[in-house]
Amino acid sequence: MRRLTRTILAALMAAPLMSGIASAYELVMPTLDYRTGPYAPNGIPFANGYGDYLNMLNERDGGINGARISLVPCETGYNTKKGVECYEKLKGEGQSGALVFQPLSTGITYQLIPKASVDEIPIFSMGYGRTSAANGKVFPWVFNFPATYWSQATVFVQYIGEKEGGMENLKGKKIALVYHNSAYGKEPIRTLEKAAEKYGFEFMAMPVDHPGQEQKATWLQIRREKPDWVMMWGWGVMNQVAIKEAASIRYPMDRFIGVWWSGSENDVLPAGAAADGYLSGAFHQPGDNFGAHDDIKKHVYDKGMGLGDRDRIGEVLYNRGLVAAMWTSEAIRKAMEIHGTNEVRGVHVRDGFEALEIDEARLKELGLEGFTIPVKISCENHEGPGQVALQQWDAKAKKWNLVSGFYEPLRDITAPLIAEDSAQFAAENNVTERSCN
Amino acid sequence: MIYRETGQFKAHYQDDQALFPIAQDRYVVFAILLITFGVVPALLNEYWLNAILLPFLIYSLAALGLNILTGYCGQLSLGTGAFMAVGAFSVYKLMVAFPGIGFSPMVVLSGVITAAVGTLFGLPSLRIKGFYLAVATLAAQFFLIWLFNKVGWFFNYSATGMINAPPMTIFGSIVTGPEADPIAKYYLVAAFVAVFALAAKNVARGRIGRNWMAIRDMDIAAELIGVRPLIAKLSAFAVSSFYVGMAGALYFAVWLGSAEPTEAFDINQSFLVLFMIIIGGLGSVLGSFLGAAFLVIMPIMLKNLMVDGFGTTSAMAEHIQIIVVGVLIIGFLIVEPHGLARLWRIAKEKMRLWPFPY
Repeated sequence: MRRLTRTILAALMAAPLMSGIASAYELVMPTLDYRTGPYAPNGIPFANGYGDYLNMLNERDGGINGARISLVPCETGYNTKKGVECYEKLKGEGQSGALVFQPLSTGITYQLIPKASVDEIPIFSMGYGRTSAANGKVFPWVFNFPATYWSQATVFVQYIGEKEGGMENLKGKKIALVYHNSAYGKEPIRTLEKAAEKYGFEFMAMPVDHPGQEQKATWLQIRREKPDWVMMWGWGVMNQVAIKEAASIRYPMDRFIGVWWSGSENDVLPAGAAADGYLSGAFHQPGDNFGAHDDIKKHVYDKGMGLGDRDRIGEVLYNRGLVAAMWTSEAIRKAMEIHGTNEVRGVHVRDGFEALEIDEARLKELGLEGFTIPVKISCENHEGPGQVALQQWDAKAKKWNLVSGFYEPLRDITAPLIAEDSAQFAAENNVTERSCN
Repeated sequence: MIYRETGQFKAHYQDDQALFPIAQDRYVVFAILLITFGVVPALLNEYWLNAILLPFLIYSLAALGLNILTGYCGQLSLGTGAFMAVGAFSVYKLMVAFPGIGFSPMVVLSGVITAAVGTLFGLPSLRIKGFYLAVATLAAQFFLIWLFNKVGWFFNYSATGMINAPPMTIFGSIVTGPEADPIAKYYLVAAFVAVFALAAKNVARGRIGRNWMAIRDMDIAAELIGVRPLIAKLSAFAVSSFYVGMAGALYFAVWLGSAEPTEAFDINQSFLVLFMIIIGGLGSVLGSFLGAAFLVIMPIMLKNLMVDGFGTTSAMAEHIQIIVVGVLIIGFLIVEPHGLARLWRIAKEKMRLWPFPY
C-alpha cells in the first residue's frame, strides 16, 4: 500500500516537470473522442483516422510547417456533460491553447458553440452540429463544411425523385424518417417538412430513443404504414439495429437511405448479406488506395504508432476522421500563412478556416486526389460546397461504392430556413450580425 | 479529543434542540462556509469552478431534494431527472418571457412550479407504496420527457428541441450564458445550496420533518399517533420537488447553458441522484453532499490522475474509472450499508467518547 502511495505521489510530482521540459511551440489539437459506450463502434474509427493523419504529419513533415502537433485526447463517451468537462479542461492546454475543437457530437457542438465564441476557439463540426452555423455572419467561430444535414436531406429528396422518374412523381409518396431522438436526429425534420409541402409527398417522423437498441415498435410501424422510402439519422448501435430490423421485415434496402453517419462498415456488417444495397450519404471516397493512406502506413503503422488495426485503414469512418484532420491541418497551415508565424492560436486558426480553399490541385499534392470535393470557405458561407453524393453497400464484396455524382442541395428550401434559424439564435443570444464586406 | 464537550452546558430546551447542538459542529459549519465563500473562489481556477465544483454543488442540491423524499419520508422516486427537467424548462420559459424579474426569483419560481408538478405526481403515493410507487414515478419520468420533446411551446419551437439559456445578470455580473463570470456563477450556486441546505436541516428537525420520519418508519403507527399521511406525503413530494426543480434550473441555466430533454434529463439522471443518496446516506443532509462528491468529483479526479499522472490513454482511463468507481461503491456499501454519512456519524461518536470509545 505504501509503495502504491509513493508511486502515485511520484507520478503527481513528475507530471508538471515533464510538461515543463517541452519548450518548442506545439500546436495543441484536442480530440473529444469516444472509445467507450454505445457510440464507440463509430467513435473509434473516426478517432483513429483523425489521430493517425496528424501523427503522420508529425512523423513525415515534422508537423505543420515545422511546428509539431500535440494531440490531446479526452474521452467523452458521446456524453454532453463529459464533453463540456473535457472542453473546460483542454481549452487552455499548453502554450498555444486549444487551436480547434472537433466535438463529433451534435449535442456537444450545441453546448460549445456559445462558449467557444467567447473563448475565441474555432469549432469545426464537419458535416454535423448546428446547421444554421453555415451562416458565418452570425456564427463566426463555427464551421460545418462540406455540407449540412439540411443540404443532405434535400439531396436525398432529389435522389428519390430521380429514382421515381422525376420530382413530380414524389406526389403522394410516403417517406419516413427514423431518427435518433436528440438534437442531432431532429435536425432534418423541418427541411423534410418543407420539402414535403413543396413536392407533395407524405412525411412521417419516427423517433428512436438513446441508445437505440430497441426499435421493434418503430419497424413494426414501418411494416404497417409501408412508406415508399425510409431515411435514417442514426449513430452508434442504433444504425446496426435499424439495418437488422429493416432486413427482418424485408424492407427493400435500396429504398433505405442513411445519413452519412449511418453508413459505415460497422453499421452494415452485422446484418450480413441482408444489408446488400443499403444507401447512405457521403462526401468522400471509401478505401485505402490513396497516397495519404500509404504515408500513414509507412510513417505511422510501420513504426508501431498506429492508433488502430492496420487492416481497418480505409474504412468509411476512418476516412471521415482523416478528411477532418486534413481540412483542420490545412486551415492551420493557412492561418500560419496569413499571420506569418508558426505560433498560431485559436483566433488565428479561425482566420485560416475562413480563408480555406482546397482545390483538386491541392488535394493531389496531399495525396488525396479525387478523395473528396473541393472546398472553398468564405466569411458568410461556412458550409462550403454543400454537395452530397450517395454510396451503396455491396455485401458480397464487403465494400462501399459511390453510386451517384455529387448533387447540389435545394438551396431554395435550405437558405430561408438557415436565415430564420440563425436569426433566432442571434435574437436569443444578443448577437449582432457582422458585416462580410 | 476534538469533540471535548466539557463545559458545554445546555440550560434551555432551545440549546438542546439547536440546529447544531455541539459547539464544535457549529465551528466546523462556519469554517466550511468561510472556505466556500472566502477561500475557494480565490484559490481555484476556471476549470475547477466550472467543470468540477458547479456540477458538484448542483447535484448536491438535487440529492438533498431526493433525500427529503426518499431518505426522510421513505417514498422511493425514480422521477428526479424529469423533475429537474421541469425546473429547467420553467426557468427557460421565465427567462425568455419575463427577463425583468431577476434570475434568483426565477430559480425559486421554477422550484415552485416543479413543486406543483411533483405534488401532482405524488398523489399515487397515497395508495401505493415501495416498489410500486417507484414504478409510478417512473411513469412521471417518461411522460414528462416525452412532453418536453413533443410540445413545441416548451422549447419555443426551436428546430432541434434544444433550449439555450440567454444571458442574465445578478448585481451586475453575468451568471448565465457563455460570457458568465465563473466566480459569479459559483457564488450564486453556492449561496443557493448553502441557504437551502440549512433550511433542509432545519425543516428535518422540526414538526414536519418528524412527521416525515414517522411515515417512513411505520406509516400505520404514524397515522395512529395523529400524523396525517396525506399532508405528510404530499408535503414531502412538494418540498423535494422544489429542491430538485431549483437544481434543474441551475443545472440547465448556469452549468450547461443549453440542454435537450432526452439527454440531459433521462432516466440515468434519476438513477445517478438516487445512487448519490444511497451511497451518501439516506436521511442525512451531509450524506447528500458526500454522495454527490463521490459520484461527481471522484470520477473526474480519478480520470485526471490516470491521464495526467500516469499517462494512460483516455479510453483506458475511462474503463478503469468505471471499474474503480463500481468497486468502491460495492466496497463502501459492504463496510457501511447506511452510507458515507453513517461512517462519519460513527467516527464522530467515537471522537466524542475519546479516549474510551466503545
